[in-house]
Amino acid sequence: MQTLPNSSTIIRDVLPNGLRVLIYETPHTHSVVISGSIEAGSMFESPEKSGMVSMLSSSLMRGTRKYDFNTLHNTLEDMGANLGMSSGVHKIGFHGKALAEDLPVLLELLGEALRHPTFPADEVERLRGERLTWLNYRLQDTGWLTARSIREGLYPPSHPYHYASTGTLETIPNITLDDIKAYHATHFGAQDMILVIVGAIDTAQALACVRQYFADWDNPYQPQPTPLPELNSHPPRDERIKVAGKSQSDLIIATLGPSRFAKDYHAAVVANGVLGQFGMMGRIGEIVREREGMAYHVSSRVDGGYGPGAWRIVAGVHPDNVDKTIALCRKELEKLVSEPVTEDELRDFQSYTTGRLPLQLETNEGIANSIHTMEGYGYGLDYLMNYRQMIYAITAEDAQKATQQYIHPDNLVIAVAGA
Amino acid sequence: MSQVTHYTLPNGLTVLLKEIHTAPVISMWTLYRIGSRNERTGTTGASHWVEHMMFKGTKKYPAGILDGLIDRVGGQWNAFTSHDSTMYYETLPAEHIDLALDLESDRMTNALFDPEETESERTVILSERRGSENQPTFWLREEVRTTAFKVHGYHHEIIGDVHDLTTMTRDQLYAHYQHHYTPANAVLVMAGAFKTDDIRQKIDAYYGHIPNRTKPNLFSRPEPAQLGERRVLVERPIKTAFVMVSYRAPEGTHPDWLALSVLDSVLSGAGGSIDNKTSRLYGALVKSEICASMGGNLSETIDPYLYTFSMTLRDGHTHQEAETILLAELDKICQDGITSKELTRAKKQARANFAYETESITNQAYGLAQSSALGDHTWHDTYLARLESITTDDVLDVARRYLVPQNRIVGWLIPTG
Repeated sequence: MQTLPNSSTIIRDVLPNGLRVLIYETPHTHSVVISGSIEAGSMFESPEKSGMVSMLSSSLMRGTRKYDFNTLHNTLEDMGANLGMSSGVHKIGFHGKALAEDLPVLLELLGEALRHPTFPADEVERLRGERLTWLNYRLQDTGWLTARSIREGLYPPSHPYHYASTGTLETIPNITLDDIKAYHATHFGAQDMILVIVGAIDTAQALACVRQYFADWDNPYQPQPTPLPELNSHPPRDERIKVAGKSQSDLIIATLGPSRFAKDYHAAVVANGVLGQFGMMGRIGEIVREREGMAYHVSSRVDGGYGPGAWRIVAGVHPDNVDKTIALCRKELEKLVSEPVTEDELRDFQSYTTGRLPLQLETNEGIANSIHTMEGYGYGLDYLMNYRQMIYAITAEDAQKATQQYIHPDNLVIAVAGA
Repeated sequence: MSQVTHYTLPNGLTVLLKEIHTAPVISMWTLYRIGSRNERTGTTGASHWVEHMMFKGTKKYPAGILDGLIDRVGGQWNAFTSHDSTMYYETLPAEHIDLALDLESDRMTNALFDPEETESERTVILSERRGSENQPTFWLREEVRTTAFKVHGYHHEIIGDVHDLTTMTRDQLYAHYQHHYTPANAVLVMAGAFKTDDIRQKIDAYYGHIPNRTKPNLFSRPEPAQLGERRVLVERPIKTAFVMVSYRAPEGTHPDWLALSVLDSVLSGAGGSIDNKTSRLYGALVKSEICASMGGNLSETIDPYLYTFSMTLRDGHTHQEAETILLAELDKICQDGITSKELTRAKKQARANFAYETESITNQAYGLAQSSALGDHTWHDTYLARLESITTDDVLDVARRYLVPQNRIVGWLIPTG
C-alpha cells in the first residue's frame, strides 16, 4: 500500500555543480517521469524582446550538437516517449515521460537539449511563424484577453509579471538568433537546477546516469537569481474588451495575492477554498451558479508562486449578467474580509484538501510535481507528511487575516472580454 | 493486468470489479447507456441536462448537502455526457466507498428534478454552450458534423440545440431520466483498493432493492449512405483560418477500427502522451510551413462516426493549399501503404500510452466503463493484444476503403477579420 513520499523514501543528492537530484521509486508502474527546472526564466529579458526566453525554450528541442530535429524526435517517438520544455518568469521547466527501461535515453536527450542546442535558423524561423499564428488566434480568445488585462492591471511595466511570457505580435519579430544563443550561453547551467525522477527505476542506476550527462556541466557566467522589484498597491481598474462574434463574456476579478513563500500563503489557500473551491465552487459557485443560474463556470484561485500571484475569481457569463456577477462577487469578497469563515466551512475545506493527497499522488507525474514543489519552494521533503497538521493548525482567524492582507474589495482589478 | 470480476444483479445491473492495491483509493464509475445519439429533435441535449440535474439532489441528499459530500472526504467526483453514454464517477479514499455507493444508488431512482432547480440549470447550460461558442472552431466542428449526419443522432451537439435548451420542459427531462436510469440500462464499475467479496456484499446491499424495470428501447436511426463528397463553409470574425476534413469511420468494435487507429498513428501521431513531430502529416503540413499545427482524431463510438483531420493555417496560406497537401498525403498512403517500421513504432507507442494511462486507478476504471459503453467490457484490456495482430496489409486495406472522396466531408473556417 502506498505511503506519502517523504525524506526517508525520496533520495536527494546534490552534485558539486549545484544540480539537485531527487529520485523516488514506484515499482508498481511501468514508466518513468523526469521533471525539473533551471534558473533561466524570462525575468532577465527586455520588454521589447518579450517572448525571447519562451522562443528559446521551444527551440531547445529543435536540434542539438548530436541530434538534428528528425533524429531527436524519431528517437523519442520510436520509444513512445516525450520530452518538452516550458518557460516562466523565473524558470525554464522540462518534463519527460518514457517506459522505465528508456530512462537512460531520456536523460541523454535532456542533457543534449539543455546543454548543447544548436538553434537551427530554419527551425527557429518556423517556430516564429507558428508563434505569430498562435498569438493572432489568442487576440480573439476572451479568456486569454482577460488574463492579459489582469496581468497588466496588477503589475506595473517595471515588473516582469506585467508581460506575457509568450511575447506579443510586436515583440516576437524583434527576437534574433543571436539573442537566443547569447541568452543560452549566459543563463543556462546546473547551478540550482532541480531534476526529479519518479518511476519503476533503480535509484543507483538513475543517479549514475544523471552524473554521466550532467556532472561536468559548469557555467561560470550563470547569474544569481535576481530579486523581484518591490510591488506597491495597484490602482483599481475595470477594463471591458469588445470582441466580435462572441456569445459569452469572460470575466476575471483579481487582487494581488501571496507568494508561495509568504507565511500566510496556506491560510489564503484555505480562505480561497471557502470562497470558490469547495463543493460546487464554494460560496461564489453557490450564489452565481446554483442560486442565480448565471454561469456554468465560476471559481476562484490563488496563483502565488516564486512571487506574489493573482488571487482571482474567474467566470463566464452572459453579457447581460456581467455587472450583476461582479456585484455578487464583490459582496462575497467583502464578507470574506469582514467575517471569519464558519467552523464548518473551515473543517470542510481542511478535510477536502488533506483527504485528497493520495489522489494527487496516483501517478508518477503527480508525485514528480509534488517533489518538485517541495524542493523548489524549500518546503522540505516531509511537507506532504506534515501537510495535514499544518492545514489543521490554520484557524478561521488566520484565514480572515490573510484575506484582509490581500483582498481590498474597493480596489479590485476587473477585466471583461466578450460580446 | 488485474482480473476483472463481471456479473449481473437480478435487477439487471451489470457490475465490473477490478482490485488494484497500489494506492488507498477506489474509483467508482456509473454508466448509463444513454447519450445524445439517442435524442430526438425537440429534446436534443436532454441527456446532458439530466446529468446536471443529478447533482441537484434527492430527498435523502438535498442539493446543498450533496455538493460537499465527496469533497469533504477528500474525493473527487464529476460526470460527463458523450454521444453514446452518460457517466458519473467518484474517486475517493477507499474507506469512504459507502458514501459513493449510497449516493449513486439513491440518485439512480430518486433524483428530484425540482422545477425551480430545473429552470436555474437551463441558464447554466445555455451559459455552458455559449462558452463553447466563444471558440471559433466550435462552429466549424458543428457544421462538419451536421453535414456528415443528416439522420443519425450524432448530427447534433451533445449539449443540444439552443432552441431545444430554451423550450424543453421539466417533465420532458424527468421522463428522459425515468425511462433511461434503470439498473438494466446501467453498468457499475469499481477499481481500486477493495476485496472483491466484501464489495460484492456492499453492492448487493445498496443496489439489490432497486426494482427490475424493462430495459429501455434506445432511439436510434442509422445514417443512410453518403453519395458523394460534402463541403461546408463557415465564416467567423476571426483572423485565423482552419480546415477540417472528415471521413466516415466504423464503430469502435468493428474489426477495421484498430487498423484505422494504426493508420492515424502513422499519419498524425499516436496521441496521448506522445508528440507527433515525426508523423507524415506534421512533415507535410507543419514543417512545410503551410500550417501552424495539425491533428487527427479517431474516436471509439457505438455507431459509425468520423475520422477527422484538423489544420490551423499560417498567415498567407490558403485553405486549398492545406487541403491539397493533405489529400496528396492520403493518396500516397492509399497507394503505398505503411512500412513495417512504421507499424512496429505505432505498436510500441500504443503500448507506451497504455502503460501511462493505466497508472491511474481512475483511468483504469474509466477504461472499463468506456469499454462497456461500446458493448464489450474487455475492449480496453484486450486492446494491445488485438493490436499485435494488425499487419501492414490490414492498414493499406482500410486506407483504400475508408479514405475515398465519397466518404469525405470538408469544412473551411473562413476568417472575416
